[in-house]
Amino acid sequence: MPNYRIHKTEYIDETKRVSFKYDGKTYFGYEGDTLASALLANGIHLVARSFKYHRPRGIVSCGAEEPNAICQIGSKKDLTEPNVRATELELYEGLEASSQNCWPNVKFDIGGINNFISPLIPAGFYYKTFMWPKSFWKKVYEPLIRLSAGLGKSPTEPDPDIYDHKHVHYDVLVIGGGVSGIISAKMAAKNNLKTLLVDDKKTLGGSTIYQNNESVKIDDKLSSEWLKNEIQEIKKLSNLTIKTRTSIAAYHGYNFLLAKENLTDHLPEEKKRNKIRQRLWKIRAKKVVIATGSIERPLVFNNNDRPGILLSNSINKYLDYYGVTCGENIILFTNNDSAYETSISLHKKGIKNLIVDLRKSATSELIKQAESLGIKIYFNHVVTNTFGYRKINSLEIMKLSEDGNTTVGDKIKLSCDCLGMSGGWTPMVHMHTQSGGKLNFRDDDQVFLPKENSEDQISVGSCNGDFDLENVIDKTVNKINKFLDIDNQDYQDTNIICSKENDKRNIWLLPNKIPLGKTKCFIDFQNDSTAKDIKLALKEGFRSIEHVKRYTTTGMATDQGKLSNMHALGIIADTAGVKMGSLGTTTFRPPFTPLTFGTLVGRNVGKFFEVVRKTSIHEWHVENNAEFENVGQWKRPWYYPKNGENMHDAVQRESKAARESSGILDASTLGKIDIQGTDASEFLNRVYTNAWSKLAIGKCRYGLMLNEDGMVYDDGVTTRISENHYLMTTTTGGAANVLSKLEDYLQTEWPELDVYLTSVTDHYSTASICGPNSKKILNKLFPNLDLSDENFPHMSFKEAKLENINCRIMRISFTGELSYEINIESKYGHSLWKMCIEAGKEFNLTPYGTETMHLLRAEKGFIIVGQDTDGTMTPSDLQMDWIVSKKKYDFIGKRSLYRSDTIREDRKQLVGLLTDDPKEILEEGAQIVSDVKSKPIDMLGHVTSSYFSPNLNKSIALAVVRSGKTIKGQKLIIPMEHKNINVTVSDTIFFDRENKRLNA
Amino acid sequence: MFLINCPFCGERDQSEFSSGGEAHIVRPKQPTELSDDEWAEYLFMRKNIKGIQFERWNHVHGCRKWFNVVRDTSNDKILSVYKMGEKPPVNYK
Ligand SMILES: [Zn+2]
Repeated sequence: MPNYRIHKTEYIDETKRVSFKYDGKTYFGYEGDTLASALLANGIHLVARSFKYHRPRGIVSCGAEEPNAICQIGSKKDLTEPNVRATELELYEGLEASSQNCWPNVKFDIGGINNFISPLIPAGFYYKTFMWPKSFWKKVYEPLIRLSAGLGKSPTEPDPDIYDHKHVHYDVLVIGGGVSGIISAKMAAKNNLKTLLVDDKKTLGGSTIYQNNESVKIDDKLSSEWLKNEIQEIKKLSNLTIKTRTSIAAYHGYNFLLAKENLTDHLPEEKKRNKIRQRLWKIRAKKVVIATGSIERPLVFNNNDRPGILLSNSINKYLDYYGVTCGENIILFTNNDSAYETSISLHKKGIKNLIVDLRKSATSELIKQAESLGIKIYFNHVVTNTFGYRKINSLEIMKLSEDGNTTVGDKIKLSCDCLGMSGGWTPMVHMHTQSGGKLNFRDDDQVFLPKENSEDQISVGSCNGDFDLENVIDKTVNKINKFLDIDNQDYQDTNIICSKENDKRNIWLLPNKIPLGKTKCFIDFQNDSTAKDIKLALKEGFRSIEHVKRYTTTGMATDQGKLSNMHALGIIADTAGVKMGSLGTTTFRPPFTPLTFGTLVGRNVGKFFEVVRKTSIHEWHVENNAEFENVGQWKRPWYYPKNGENMHDAVQRESKAARESSGILDASTLGKIDIQGTDASEFLNRVYTNAWSKLAIGKCRYGLMLNEDGMVYDDGVTTRISENHYLMTTTTGGAANVLSKLEDYLQTEWPELDVYLTSVTDHYSTASICGPNSKKILNKLFPNLDLSDENFPHMSFKEAKLENINCRIMRISFTGELSYEINIESKYGHSLWKMCIEAGKEFNLTPYGTETMHLLRAEKGFIIVGQDTDGTMTPSDLQMDWIVSKKKYDFIGKRSLYRSDTIREDRKQLVGLLTDDPKEILEEGAQIVSDVKSKPIDMLGHVTSSYFSPNLNKSIALAVVRSGKTIKGQKLIIPMEHKNINVTVSDTIFFDRENKRLNA
Repeated sequence: MFLINCPFCGERDQSEFSSGGEAHIVRPKQPTELSDDEWAEYLFMRKNIKGIQFERWNHVHGCRKWFNVVRDTSNDKILSVYKMGEKPPVNYK
């Protein structure tokens, strides 16, 4: 096996050999490697097939910007993870990784045929081709596209890993642990500011930490040595927290940032278990220092995507940090000085290399040094083509014309096994723009830079366009002193010598004799978009960068265009003949690198997914086999199946029992608001549609609450407990919103009212007993209470003691039966319920759930707000004009009840529906029409509630239908997938129209 | 995620609050006197300003108090916070 590990470095522990599997084959690396560096040490460049053309692709970079080396990790159904960048994944014993996006394997890929038909796959190909016929989408196009393009596999079983969230507050957050980040953190922490320094890598120091080049010296030391010293020093600072393997995912307003800390991804399988895998840090920082550095740009030329073509600086890092060379015969292609550092490093390790430089000439000390080492330099030359299928084996260069627009002279063919590209540097302005910062374009070196720094956020170092180390320390120190309002003198005498200069010759799309249509000049490696695609999009009339991006899919892959966006912009600007700065950029959206769902969710999984509210009677329901329904956060008994009953059978039994003898419902979840104050009656007058002033103490009244737009918002029964004291009930789901709304009116519109509101929903448990035998059960429970209709009529309230505990009993009914609601302090709710059940035994007291409650009320035509209403129903639409006071001058929503729209007669109005076949049960939500023949079919309304009534032995439904009030008796049609159901419009009250049963 | 300085509780995370839309829209005292258009003006028309906007917020998961906020909607900076019934600061017109 070839070995490209050619020298020792302090970051690779050669005593700790690590075995791993890649595409099923076992390889070895060392502790300290990333998967990418270990693969390269084994001579493996080819790691992927491209998305569209299935071209062989190799490792390009050494960091988060990697577009190609995207892996599937592991193969277990619950732990496998797609889209992991090999350049960021630290190697561990037993790691199993495989290449994605190729079938059957990277070396032989059937989809590679796309490469030969690529002229047929231009920009917008998917939009243009897979349009018609529509029916082909689901069955033909989508499966085909998915099969050939699959970006990894999702796990198919729940994630067993543990994730965590943490909230922290700091005076200063420093993002990035390179030279400027370390200086900033040190200055802040030494000045007594509580500081957090985060870096996504395992070790601090950025790209300076592995520089062994004499070209930069600080205080007469190698820059890396100087920086190591600094790192040692900051580790001693007590109010500085350093978090490595931690990347900022998002920078929101008010300096609120999310960071992902990787805790176990670098550990072998057995050491990962039962530990927190990733932690999401929610950071509030008073001040944020962005020191995220910059990434090297590729160059755009024909066939610039072959395996073995990397970023020049990445070749340098693989060599000096990991001890791995990317080839034995390397060509560096550059438009600036930085490739020369790579060249000299390679040269020193005995790796043959030469340089192709776009510039006509360059004269920095660094270049003189390269020349004196005998490194061959082709100035004013451009790479025009590359060769080699699975890996680059040679390339052609040509001389550039004077203006740089064309090539001249003869082709020179050069052999190589690796090509390094350097198109200069792109400042990582993501954090700055995510925080809302604007950008400026600097024409000199064609970079976007933070336009301004605010008082709570600043960019320093190369992410701010300060590329030369010579000035970066000075500039950083000055800025941080000002930003933090401190006076730190630590770096005043620091002496820096740098032999590198900043000039570069920027050409976005390099010239070629071959017509563009016949070249493959890749811009976005991951989404396979080329310079040709961009030009085509412009030709077809796209102008906005946001449109070009979407049409060509440039920058829309998992790397979010970290390497491609600038070139796309540059080519658009050149082609359209406009200044690049005037184009703007696409939006930099969080997350900076993809986050796992686990990290976002943290510990809120399984039973912690959502807050669950249970009544005090909940355990009894569980013991008695209840099925539960979620109502808001509440768990409510839905029905109580007995002896293997299904829901239908259980509900039929429960509702029959409630009407024939007695039933009991846990009504504790209804919202309860305690209203007190001398203006309580007046307040109720203003918030409900009906009148409240004359309600006698001890009486109950049903109320309908509207929004100011006249639409029904909530309903419920309110009881007058004493002169200035009411107890309001609301719907279960609406309780919190009703309270907020009432507080809003009290605090903002009617502050003069003396009224106090308190939510008491959780304070009381409620057992609601209904049915002809309910009075007998009550009598057993409260033998001293006079239950006669004279003393305790319908819609009234009594206080009574159960043993020595106070109860509030309301005689109110939502089922149409004689009915009592017993309220007791929550802690006694369970006991109350059990006593009710015990007392009711001889009367077949049957517990029933929400489904039976809904059925019983539907038989009576009582609405459920939120089921039979949807925010567009007025009281009149619900045929409830009787509850709207004509006398009251004003109440919430009153004026809206006679707006031109609300008095329309053809509004949708609540009606009953009876199916011609009494056994046919309608589907809730089904559309209602009168004529299925004329197309388009005129939709008249929809079914809102539907049940089979055991008490009427037929199907009943409520619906909202256009002009419903005027069409009683009319035949309508419910068109379903396989049949049309015939119905007749009826009254909304199906059962006991005379309300005889209330006093039965 | 804003930090909002509740005039009753102090600085709290935005997640404790709910927004109540534009401030200083007074409910007409005599709605019945209004034409449909006048009522619709109160009911529906909101400015939705890019720039300095006066808003109502409710510390719903805190003291439950409603109060007013002056916010620059272009950068989400909260410039001032004041109680219900207090006069809006004049320097942000
Ligand atoms: Zn508060």
